[in-house]
Amino acid sequence: MTLPLLLATLLVLALAGFFAGRARAVATAGGDARKLHSVPAYHGWFAALAGLVPAGMALLAWRAVAPGQGTWQGFAVLAVAIVGMILAISATRGETRARNRVEGIVKAGLILCSVIAIATTAGIVLSMLFETGQFFSQYSFTRFYFGTVWQPNFRGDSELGILPLLWGTLYISLIALAVAVPVGLFAAVYMSEYASRRFRGFAKPAIEVLAGIPTIVYGLFALITVGPALRDYFAQPLGLGESASSVMTAGLVMGIMIIPFVSSLSDDIINAVPQSLRDGSLGLGATQSETIRQVVLPAALPGIVGAVLLAASRAIGETMIVVLGAGAAAKLSLNPFEAMTTITVKIVSQLTGDTDFAAPETLVAFALGLTLFVVTLGLNILALIVVRKYREEYE
Amino acid sequence: MNDMRVSESAVGAQDVKISARKVQVFYGENHAIKDVDVEILDRTVTAFIGPSGCGKSTFLRCLNRMNDTIPICRVEGDIMLDGEDIYDRRVDPVQLRAKVGMVFQKPNPFPKSIYDNVAYGPRIHGLTRNKAELDEVVEQSLRRAALWNEVKDRLHAPGTGLSGGQQQRLCIARAVATSPEVLLMDEPCSALDPIATAQVEELIDELRANFSVVIVTHSMQQAARVSQKTAFFHLGNLVEYGETGDIFTRPQDPRTESYISGRIG
Repeated sequence: MTLPLLLATLLVLALAGFFAGRARAVATAGGDARKLHSVPAYHGWFAALAGLVPAGMALLAWRAVAPGQGTWQGFAVLAVAIVGMILAISATRGETRARNRVEGIVKAGLILCSVIAIATTAGIVLSMLFETGQFFSQYSFTRFYFGTVWQPNFRGDSELGILPLLWGTLYISLIALAVAVPVGLFAAVYMSEYASRRFRGFAKPAIEVLAGIPTIVYGLFALITVGPALRDYFAQPLGLGESASSVMTAGLVMGIMIIPFVSSLSDDIINAVPQSLRDGSLGLGATQSETIRQVVLPAALPGIVGAVLLAASRAIGETMIVVLGAGAAAKLSLNPFEAMTTITVKIVSQLTGDTDFAAPETLVAFALGLTLFVVTLGLNILALIVVRKYREEYE
Repeated sequence: MNDMRVSESAVGAQDVKISARKVQVFYGENHAIKDVDVEILDRTVTAFIGPSGCGKSTFLRCLNRMNDTIPICRVEGDIMLDGEDIYDRRVDPVQLRAKVGMVFQKPNPFPKSIYDNVAYGPRIHGLTRNKAELDEVVEQSLRRAALWNEVKDRLHAPGTGLSGGQQQRLCIARAVATSPEVLLMDEPCSALDPIATAQVEELIDELRANFSVVIVTHSMQQAARVSQKTAFFHLGNLVEYGETGDIFTRPQDPRTESYISGRIG
C-alpha cells in the first residue's frame, strides 16, 4: 500500500468516524442535541481525532524503526485508526466532554509545532558541533582562534586563522551600522513624528522596498557603481588604495540594505509610545523636538536597541554583497579602502568546488559557521536582555 | 516667589485671568464647540461639568492650544490670557503651554526617575541656575503635590513604579514645577480611588492660593467640593456659568437642572 493511498484511506476513515461519532452522540441523547454536553460536531471531531492521532503516531514510529513501506504496515496503521475510532465512539455518551477533549488535542498540536521549531535549532547546532569537533581533532583550537593568517591549501599544511575573517566581518558590519543606524533612526523619527499621514503612507512602503531587493542585486550595485566611485573619488586621490572592492564599498551598500530593518522596526516602536506621554511633555511647554529627544526616544530606546542588534546580526550574516563589494582576500588591515573578506564568504569558498569532507580545509567551514552562529546568537540574547531590562511598562 | 503670590492673592482675587469670546471649535466638519463665552478668574477653581462628548475637554484643550496637535481641529473666536490673544500669530504655543500647564485624565509620568519627571519643565525652560536650585524646586513641587513624604527616599526610582494616585500627584507636581499661571486639569481623578481622589482634591484647593485652576470633571460632587465657579456644557454649548453654589442650588436653565438632578447625561 503506497503512502498517498494510505493517507487518503485514513482521511476517508476519519470522515466516516466524524459522522459516526456525531450520529452516536445525538442518538444517545435521544435525538435532542441540546441535552449533550458538547455540540454534536465536537463529538464527531473527537471520534475522528481518536482514530487519526494514534494512526499517525503508529505510522511515524513504524517508519522510524523499519524504513520503507509494506502492505502489513498499511493495514496495521488502518487497524489502529479503526480501533481508536470504535473505542471513542462506543464510549460516547451524552455527558462525554468531547469539547474539552478536542481542545486538549488541539493544544497538544500547538505544543508540538513549537517543539519542532526549537528542536530544529537544536538539531542545526548539534550537526555543526559534530563537524566542528571533527575539525578540531585535526587542527589546533588556538591556531584557529588566534591565528592571524588565512591561507588554506588543499594539498595540506594550511594556515586557518579566523582573526582576519572575524575582523573583516566586524569591520564591514560596523560600517554598515554606522550608515544604517543614523539614517534609519532619523527616517523613523521623521515618519512617525513629523510626516503627514499621506507622506507616511507612501514613504513607509517605499523604504520597505529596499528590504525586498535580493542581496545579489545590492552586490551588483556595489560592484559596478559604488566600488569604482569610491575608488575614483576617495581611495585614489587620498592615496589609500587602488582596489574597487573594499570594506567601505561593502559596508556602505550593506548599510543601505539594512536601513529598512532599522527604520521600519524603530518606526513601529516609536509609534507604540503612548500619545499621552507626548501630550504630557507638550503640555509642559516642551517643543516637539524636545519631546522627541527627552521623552519619546528614551521610552522607545530598548526597542530601538533591539532593532539595531537585529540589523547587526543581519549584516554579520550577509554574504553576496561582500563577495561582490569587498572581494575575497583575507586581510587584517585598518584601511577601509582595502579589499577584505568575511566569515560567510570563506565558508562558501571552502565548500565549493572539489571538496573532501575529511580534510580540515573543508571542515573549517563548520567551525566558522558555528562561530558565526554563536556571535549572532550572542547578539540576539544581548538584544533580548537589553529590551527586557529597560522595557517601560506603559499602562 | 510664592510668598509674593500669596500676598497678591488677597488683592487681586477676582481678576479675570482668561476670557473667551465667541469660541468655536471644529473637528473637520463637526462643530464641537459653539459660541462659548466665559471668563475664568485668577486664584479660583473653575469646574467644567457636563455629559460626555459635550465639549468640555475640547474647550479646556483650547486654553493652552493643545488642540494644535490635532491636524483637523480648527479654533475660531478670541481667547485672551491676561488681555493677550493666545491665538495671535505672534504667540508661541510652546511658551503659552509653559504658562498654562495641563494635567491629564490618565496619569502619564515619563519613563524617567521621579526627580527627572519633576525637573523636566524647569530644565527645558531653564528656570534654575544650578543643581541646588533645581533640587529646591523639585522638593517644593513635590511638597505642594503632597507627594514629598512618600517619595523623598526614592527620588531616583522610576516614576512609572508609583501607584496610580501617586503617579497623578507626580504629574501635578511636574506641572506645578514649571510655575504656570493657570493649571488645566482634565478629569484628574477619573483613574483614582476615593482616597487618592480626596488627596488630589485637597491639593487642588491648596493650589488655588497660587494658580488659577480649571478642572473638567464628571463628578458633580467633586465640582461642588473643589470649585468656586462652575460652567455647565451641553452639546457644545455653554449653558450656564456662575458661582458653584448657585449652579447646584438655583440653576437658571432647565437643562442644568435636569443634569445636576440626574435626568440627562
